[in-house]
Amino acid sequence: MEQNSLLTYLILIPLIGSILILFIKKEQVNFIKYFAVGLSTFAFLLSLVIYFQFDSANSDFQFINKIEWIKGLNIHYHVGVDGMSLLLVLLTTFLTPLTLISSWSSIKNKVKEFTFFFLMLEVGMLGVFISLDLFLFYIFWEAMLIPMYFIIGIWGGKERVYAAIKFFIYTMFGSLLMLVAIVWLAVYAIGPLGYFTTNLIELYSVAPQIPMNIQIWMFLAFAFSFAIKVPLFPLHTWLPDAHVQAPTAGSVILAGVLLKMGTYGLLRFNLPLFPEASIIAAPYISVLAVIGIIYGALVAMVQTDVKKLVAYSSVSHLGFVVLGIFAMTQESIQGAVIQMINHGLSTGALFLLVGVIYERTHTREIADYGGIAKLVPVFSFALMFASLSSVGLPGLNGFVGEFLILLGSFQSPILNSWWFTVFAASGVIFAAVYLLWMYQRVVFGEVKNPKLDGLKDMNAREIFVLAPIFIFIVWIGIYPTTFLKVSDKSTAKVVKQIYHPVKVSPVELGLNQSSKQEVKR
Amino acid sequence: MRELIYLTVVLPLVGFLINGIFGTKIKNEKLIGAIGSGVIGISFLIALGAFFETLGLPVDQRQKIVTLFSWLTVGNLNVSFAYQVDQLSLVMALIVTGVGFLIHVYSIGYMHGDKSFWRFFAYLNLFIFAMMNLILADNFVLLFLGWEGVGLCSYLLIGFWYDRKFEKSTTSDAAKKAFVVNRIGDFGFLLGMFLIYMTFGSLNFNEVFSRAVSFDVSTATFGFIAIFLFIGATGKSAQIPLFVWLPDAMAGPTPVSALIHAATMVTAGVYMVARTSIIFASAPDILMVVAIIGALTAFFAATIGIVQNDIKKVLAYSTVSQLGYMFLAMGMGAFSAGIFHVMTHAFFKALLFLGAGSVIHAMHHEQDIQRYGGLKKYMPRTYLTFLIAALAISGFPPLSGFFSKDEILWQAYANGGLFFWILGAGTAMMTAFYMFRLYILTFEGTPRFGHDKHPHESPAVMTLPLIVLAVLAVIGGLIGIPEIFSGEHGNQFHNFLAPLFKDADRKLASFNAHSHFEEILLMVLSVVFAVAAIMFARYVYLKKISIANNTAQKFKGLYNLLWNKYFVDEAYDTAVVNPILQTSRSFLWKIADNKIIDGVVNGSANIIDVISINIRKLQTGVAQFYALVMVLGIVAAFFWIILSL
Repeated sequence: MEQNSLLTYLILIPLIGSILILFIKKEQVNFIKYFAVGLSTFAFLLSLVIYFQFDSANSDFQFINKIEWIKGLNIHYHVGVDGMSLLLVLLTTFLTPLTLISSWSSIKNKVKEFTFFFLMLEVGMLGVFISLDLFLFYIFWEAMLIPMYFIIGIWGGKERVYAAIKFFIYTMFGSLLMLVAIVWLAVYAIGPLGYFTTNLIELYSVAPQIPMNIQIWMFLAFAFSFAIKVPLFPLHTWLPDAHVQAPTAGSVILAGVLLKMGTYGLLRFNLPLFPEASIIAAPYISVLAVIGIIYGALVAMVQTDVKKLVAYSSVSHLGFVVLGIFAMTQESIQGAVIQMINHGLSTGALFLLVGVIYERTHTREIADYGGIAKLVPVFSFALMFASLSSVGLPGLNGFVGEFLILLGSFQSPILNSWWFTVFAASGVIFAAVYLLWMYQRVVFGEVKNPKLDGLKDMNAREIFVLAPIFIFIVWIGIYPTTFLKVSDKSTAKVVKQIYHPVKVSPVELGLNQSSKQEVKR
Repeated sequence: MRELIYLTVVLPLVGFLINGIFGTKIKNEKLIGAIGSGVIGISFLIALGAFFETLGLPVDQRQKIVTLFSWLTVGNLNVSFAYQVDQLSLVMALIVTGVGFLIHVYSIGYMHGDKSFWRFFAYLNLFIFAMMNLILADNFVLLFLGWEGVGLCSYLLIGFWYDRKFEKSTTSDAAKKAFVVNRIGDFGFLLGMFLIYMTFGSLNFNEVFSRAVSFDVSTATFGFIAIFLFIGATGKSAQIPLFVWLPDAMAGPTPVSALIHAATMVTAGVYMVARTSIIFASAPDILMVVAIIGALTAFFAATIGIVQNDIKKVLAYSTVSQLGYMFLAMGMGAFSAGIFHVMTHAFFKALLFLGAGSVIHAMHHEQDIQRYGGLKKYMPRTYLTFLIAALAISGFPPLSGFFSKDEILWQAYANGGLFFWILGAGTAMMTAFYMFRLYILTFEGTPRFGHDKHPHESPAVMTLPLIVLAVLAVIGGLIGIPEIFSGEHGNQFHNFLAPLFKDADRKLASFNAHSHFEEILLMVLSVVFAVAAIMFARYVYLKKISIANNTAQKFKGLYNLLWNKYFVDEAYDTAVVNPILQTSRSFLWKIADNKIIDGVVNGSANIIDVISINIRKLQTGVAQFYALVMVLGIVAAFFWIILSL
């Protein structure tokens, strides 16, 4: 197979960068900052190169780089992207430099360590999205927990230690089940293939043959781990704590990228590996997703802390994504993929804005604000814009994702009922309530809190961080084709894998990988 | 000109961007106002050009679609930013840009001196942009973009003076209420779109409407689609049960009330029903629901309008009531009559609001009509134009309102029967009454305001739009003279729109046979009612005000009910809003989330903690203890092996 090392370079940039940072004197704060921003920007540019070379007409994995790693177990360093993972890679490399710039002045102590962990985090996130070997995936999945744990635990708020440990153990607990399932899968592959393998592409044709009763368990083991990360109701309670306690940059990455790993995992592993189990589980998981949409929105509505409000809104928004995935239509899955990006942008922007105002006032209580429209017009505009994006106003990004998800789920043959969509669509109403109500209490009215006097509007650096995000919010809203096109073939392939799983005999697989035989169920 | 129709969408957007981005730098009110009005004026001229070009074309070539670029392409879905020029969209485009232009010009005077003058014009332009998307869209999704967009602008403009109080709460409360209630309607609209897509496999108008004729679809499916779409319409067009936001929307500046909450945006629901007439015509039961909701809204809103004292509030309820009229027409399958009323209503209601604005401007933001009186000598132009508008809305012949209202009443009788006619005629009578109550208390009689007020006529930039609208309110009805006077095919407005509704007409039962005598009789009756109501209002409010006071005293219960708008807001708060808030706060958040779910999470951590603490005690560090355990273990294993042999 032809090798392409661009993805490896992409992941090496932050990895080598973070190691180099260890050798820089910690007093050279500014140098460290510029170095990290420069490196992560370089990584973004490289991911753009990958984007431009990517062939969106091809549904196969591209930019594959496969190197033997653990010989005895047939485990490889094996990376590659398709349209879905490419979009998430771009989201990651796009948000990382922006969040680093956003924490320019808010992170004052231990800058060196912070930057180190942040770049390590990028390594982990990219690794998760590009791994095509389950073992490698698992390593990145777990490795990424560590920097996040420290980012929350060291630079977080008052309850940071509780939040960090809760985050770590919650997610770790889920992953262990996944590890068991991965090992089981690899052993199972010995049957049809004749050898132990963790190669995802090979497993795609093997796993669907697993007998139903076991397939269900395998599905659950993976799904549980991903559902925690999403987070799917009722596994979401780590999220508000982690978000509220994390520093702004941590919250942005947590909401922007980390949560997407859960939904990405469902889409990358659960659906194609265990299609029959997925179809059986779909209505149940969709019920949880819809509960999450409404529950998250209702709880967000009554929050008194802005950051917690945004955190609960994530539960609601990610519910849409999960519903889209398990509605299993081309429309809904395309919607889910674009909604992952959307949520990263709009919730990322909301967290950045909360960070901007928190840095000035040191309060996140909604009641402490009011009437700031007069004091900080630019900020007020930006908050309105990000809120509208999150509300799903047509013309901005959020609408495209929600609309496609709901449109697809309404006609899903798997869910086969209007009710999922009817309830989910009511989330659209609640989203308007909690965001506009928050906006009203923070921005409108008269200034009552004397501490707000002399509040400074956003500075050039803060505007510089938000502007690119806003550009993409409009871009996706008006011309989503740019992005939908990238994942179109890959999502179509997932849909095909669900309804017509590829089942291959070992001989054929050994002879020619492309002559896959389709077996209709 | 037709291929340039997209400019009527783009130009307002350009105006919005210029004033929105550079407004604070431009500072010059005249320049900002000129940019804001100018882009709308040019849009109007383009729409007018397209209109005349269309008039010159044979009927089967009158539709043209101008596609800019593709928007959403997934699976079977393929919608674009594409604008459709046809008879219906042109009529609406002319109303929106024409009346919109006049209101923009008026606003230059009305908003003079406001610290956010630029922001006002930016929002107004953005509104026209969204509204043009709504009416020119060639597919449901783009229509929805406009639909939500006008909702956003409505939100921004109701809360324009975001630091002001409004009644018991604030302007921003009113704004939020408008947006949220509209979103409830939008929820219905969304579901309607999903079902359309599922049924017809497309969301483009031409495809959907032709498939609605050719596909074999059950009446029940059409019924669901129609009811979902109609829920959307009740939100945007303030019908029962979602009308509650419109009276509060009066918190916005008066030109906003004229443009958005009277002439254009609120008629979007009527437009949408007319646009999807084939779907509604395929679901006769739902069409009947539309008629009933429309008639009831018209009637009940009129009863509320009778007792209100805030000049804008009277007009707001009047708008709700007139919108009900339009839905009554829709429900009767009289689609072009409904659109005709949309047009005439845009003229006279915009005029009424702008006139009210002129009065409010002159009276230093006093809005209570009990504190007006005798203003006609201070502001002659406002007075005269307002009188014309009041006559027009009362259905006084041959002003515009007479023709449009009468056509609806006739259709209500011919297709719906006496019940609908009585509701409609009763509404018309109440309308004439409260409108002249308003007019007389404002302009006639003796002044009831203090010496601190110095009413004066508004500047020409405000009165000129009034005069233009007054002319339109007078002559606007002449293009829709009923056939009974103008001969067969003499109703030009109807003829122009007819091709669009021919599929729907074919599906609906044809007219019951009625004689010309009946039509003339009913027409005369409605005019007599209107004149009687006007005379009565004149008598009560000019000569014997005691009648009004005594009646209010005598029927105190009813009066309170009307004064408090049937307590609908309170009922919604008690039955819906508060329970949701309470449950979310005290149960979902504080108990379900914090106690139950997190309780399980922290609880399992605690259990492990407790177990570990106890197991740890085994690690005593005393070697003798370990040895003892080891010996016991060996003995136990030994016995186990022996026993299992």
